[in-house]
Parts: sequence; structure tokens; C-alpha cells
Amino acid sequence: MRRFLTLLNHQIHLMFISASTYFAAFLFLAFMGVMYVLALMDASSAGGSQSVTEKFLSVFWIPVLFMVPLLTMRSISEERRMGTLGTLMSTPIRAWQIVLAKFLASYFFYVLLWLATLAFMLIAQYYLPQGLGGSNNFMLSQVATGYLFIFVSGLSYIAVGIFASSLTRTTFVAGMLSFAMLFFMIVGAGILSKFVVGDAYMSWLSGPIEYMQTFKHLEDFSNSLLDTRPFFFYASTACLLLGVTSLITEAKSA
Amino acid sequence: MDEDTPNAVVVRRLTKSYGGIKAVDGVSFRIGRGEIVGFLGPNGAGKSTTMKILTGMTQADSGSAIICGESVAKNPEKVREHIGYMPENNPLPEDLRVVEYLRFRARLKGVPSREVKKRVDEAMEICQLHRRAARKIIGNLSKGFRQRVGIADAILSRPEVIIMDEPTIGLDPHQIMAIRRLISSLRGKMSVIISSHILPEVELMCDRVVIINNGRVVASGTPENLRREFISGEKYEISLKAPPVDFSAGLARVDAQMSIESRKGPDEAGYFDYVVKTPMLGDAGARLIEEFSKSGAFGLRSVSRRRPSLEEIFMSATRRSWEETRELSLPEKANGDIEDSQDENSGDSGKVV
Repeated sequence: MRRFLTLLNHQIHLMFISASTYFAAFLFLAFMGVMYVLALMDASSAGGSQSVTEKFLSVFWIPVLFMVPLLTMRSISEERRMGTLGTLMSTPIRAWQIVLAKFLASYFFYVLLWLATLAFMLIAQYYLPQGLGGSNNFMLSQVATGYLFIFVSGLSYIAVGIFASSLTRTTFVAGMLSFAMLFFMIVGAGILSKFVVGDAYMSWLSGPIEYMQTFKHLEDFSNSLLDTRPFFFYASTACLLLGVTSLITEAKSA
Repeated sequence: MDEDTPNAVVVRRLTKSYGGIKAVDGVSFRIGRGEIVGFLGPNGAGKSTTMKILTGMTQADSGSAIICGESVAKNPEKVREHIGYMPENNPLPEDLRVVEYLRFRARLKGVPSREVKKRVDEAMEICQLHRRAARKIIGNLSKGFRQRVGIADAILSRPEVIIMDEPTIGLDPHQIMAIRRLISSLRGKMSVIISSHILPEVELMCDRVVIINNGRVVASGTPENLRREFISGEKYEISLKAPPVDFSAGLARVDAQMSIESRKGPDEAGYFDYVVKTPMLGDAGARLIEEFSKSGAFGLRSVSRRRPSLEEIFMSATRRSWEETRELSLPEKANGDIEDSQDENSGDSGKVV
């Protein structure tokens, strides 16, 4: 356990000194800041049924597509390119511990960056007049469940990034792979469902596809509807991907 | 190796293939505690694969490797606790400072927290990294300093077995001397396996040598034993004023089978430098001195016995293994339908190392 904590600490340290972490943080916070202002403006002018928080979180997938690859693309591919993965594996540590430490370090930053966006809501809550992002639009339960979704789904998104990073020695290719996989994972189920609806032969697929609909999960969570199925879906996907990544890492470390 | 010496490493009939090609083919050897062993072989001989198997980074197809009583295949993590490994090319993280990296590695290797600072300082001092280099970013270090970081990493947990793949590559002569002294200072405390292409260096540092070729151990023993096994006859270096005709006549009187291998000179003072060889063992030196000092006309300046270098032993051992391989493969070719082609290895014997 002590070795694992040493490794985790080291990985977090590496993320703090990595330029791509700060680049990802800047892009993410700038984008989400703009999105929050747009959501506020939309809410103040048109009203509508969606709250500011709901509108703000509905675009969560756009920054995820670039933030997650930037946070994870170097994790294993860089170590493989440099040959330091082999050096790491020559110590009494297992491949799964290396993968888990890298996953947790990236997830830590993912969570940290999302928590930073809470500042937008707090600023709006305390400095804007009522009706313009004030208490009417800041429902604690909605914020809590919305962010819970972000954190739970983030488990599988970060695992996808780490998995993509283990497939290649080239950081850029790892980033592109991660982007493509995340795009398919987030939007793919929605696209597939359009083909399935009305097709008698493929109707049996509608159940599984519905189960994987990211935006449906977000909608449920944003309405404070907590369901255990998305928890299981994202956690099991993350475990599966991390398991496969461990096997790849072990095989490629020599 | 002394049979009574407890073994730190025992390797038995290790094999490893990559896509049908045997990289390691039935390799067996033992390394005693506190012994320094040189692992030699031409490129692609299977040295690095064997080292990776010993560290548990690669699994052997068959055979066994036991390090400090632990099976590498069954318990690789446990085995790694006993090993300090410096891989070929010594990959290091570019973004960290030397001291940060070594502290991380010490903790990862299980050095107790209260001892981490002491051990890292000690390793840095041994490898002369304790001054300005300690705070430098590894990516900005010269090749020599990077090698030192790799060696400091290998020794900092005071492992029982240290495996170094080409530890002195890229170092200047001062650094090579320092590393040589460092490795020699580990004799008796740790078992050290060194892979190197610099044979005189191996001869200076190592108690024993294991020569591997085509995935097989072709020779093993102390350099002195290997000399006896692989080098037939003796060589002498003679410096005198006798021209080749007179010198040859003198040689024939000493030993009919003695012949001139090489000749240099005459130099400005009129001296010739000859290297002579004889297939006979024994003290021909005294007879050479006696013969060429009979007459002042020979102008004998010096006679010295030339010890065969490890390089010559290496060449002889690898050539012998190639010849054996060729003998084995020729009957197969003669019996089969394969067209006779030039043996790829036959022309390479003089190019290795």
C-alpha cells in the first residue's frame, strides 16, 4: 500500500508539473465560464423550463472531449516512448498499481477542475440580482446531483483516456484515439438509437442502447433522480478498461 | 565459481522465443553472493533478454531463474525487492530533479521513510551527484550524469543483486574509472551482473565472465580459465635490431613451430617489434632471451609474454559456437531441398564487439 501511495503521489506531482494539465485547465475553465455566462443570459432573457444549472451542465460533454485527452494522453504513452515504464516495472510494483495510480491522478484533476466551476455559481449567487442567476436558479440538490453525474461518468471517461494512452507510444495519437472513443461513448448511443427506432429487426437493441444514453443519465441526475444503473454502467466500464489497460501495460513494459 | 559459495542467482535451461526465433536457448549459469560477473555477447546474442527475464520484466518460455532463493516466474515482485536494475540506454523521466527522482525510487523500492534521505545522499555521493547535479532537472543532464543517476538508482536500496546493462556507455575516461572503482567496491557486498561490450573493462572489474552467443552460453569462467580453454599456444613480443631473415632463423633454433605473427619497424633507432606465436605451452621466453642475447648483433631490447586479451577469448568462443552451429546446420541443408547459401555467420566472426 505504501508503494502505491508513493506512486500516486508521484503521478499527482507529475500532473502538477505538466504543461498539458495547465493548458487543459485553462481551456476548460475559459470554455465553461463562457458557457455559464451564456446560460445566465439565456435564462434572464427567455426564461424557459430549464434552470441555469441544467443549461450549464448540458454542455458538459464538449469540454470533456478535449479536457480528458489532454489530462490522460501522456500518462502511459509517454512512459512507453521514453522507456521509463520498464524502469518502473523493475521495482516491486505491479502493472495494475501503475495504471490505477495514473487513473486516480488524472481523475483527481478532472474532479478538481469541475469543482472549480462551482465558483461561477457562487459568484452568480452572491453578486447578481435575483432572477438573473440568483437563488431561484441555484438549487443545491440539482447542483449536487448534476455534479455527481459528472463525477460518476468521469470515472469511465478518464479510464477511456488511460486506455487510449496505453495503446500507442505517440502522445498525439493517444489524444486523438481518446477523443474518438469519448465521442462515440457520449454521442454514439444517441446516434445508434435513431437507427434502431422503427426497425423491427433491431428493436431488441433499444433496451441496451437506452441503458447507455449519456444524455438520458444527465437528464435524470439533473432532475435529482438517482438511479443505480448509471453508477453501475460507468463504474463497470471504468473497471473493465483499467483491467485491460493493466494487461497491455504489463505486456508492453519489457 | 567456488562450489561452496552460496548462490545469489541460479539460472537453469532458460529459453525464450520471439516469433519462432530463439533469443535465449537453454541458458544456465550461477552467480555467487558478492561476485561480479561480466555478461558478454555480440549484438542480438540474448544478453538483454536474459537480463529482462532475471528482473521479471519478461517471462521465459521454459527453464527457471532463482534470485536470492525466490523464483522469478512465481514471485516477480518479491524478486524485484532483491534487485537493482539499470536497463540499457538508462531511460529516465525528463521533468524531475535528480534528488526528487531518487527519493521517489527509494520509496518505491521500499526503503524505510526515515532512511530515504540518508540512502539517497549516500548513493548520490558514491556516484558524485551530491553537488550541483542533485538539484538539476534530469532532462538537462549530460549523458555521463544520466548514467550516474541510473547507477545511483540501482544501488540506493542496497539490493543483493545488481544488474547493469552497459553501465559505462557514453562516459568519458574519468567517469569510466570512477564507475569501475564504484563497481569494484561492491565486490563481496552485492552480486553484480554487468553486460558490456568494452572487454578490457569487464576483465578489470569482473571475477567471472559468461559469454553468450546465439542465445546460448558458449563459455563461462574466470578470464584465466577461459584463456586456457580457448587460446591454444602462447605469444611473445620481442623488440630487437635483427632483420626478419636473421630473426626467423633464430626463432627456428628456439622452437621449430614458432612463427612471426606481426612485425613493425625498423624505427628510428633501428629496432624491429615482432609478435611471435607458438602452439606449444611452456616457458619459451627464457629460451628466446637466451638465443637472442648470445650475440650483440641481435641488439635485444625486450622480450615479454603477451597475455591473450578477453577480446581474443571472446572472438575464439563465439567463432567456435558459430562453427558448431554451422556444422549442425550443414547436414540438414545437404539432406533437404534448400539451396546451399553462404552462411550468414561465417563472415561476421571478425566483426563482433
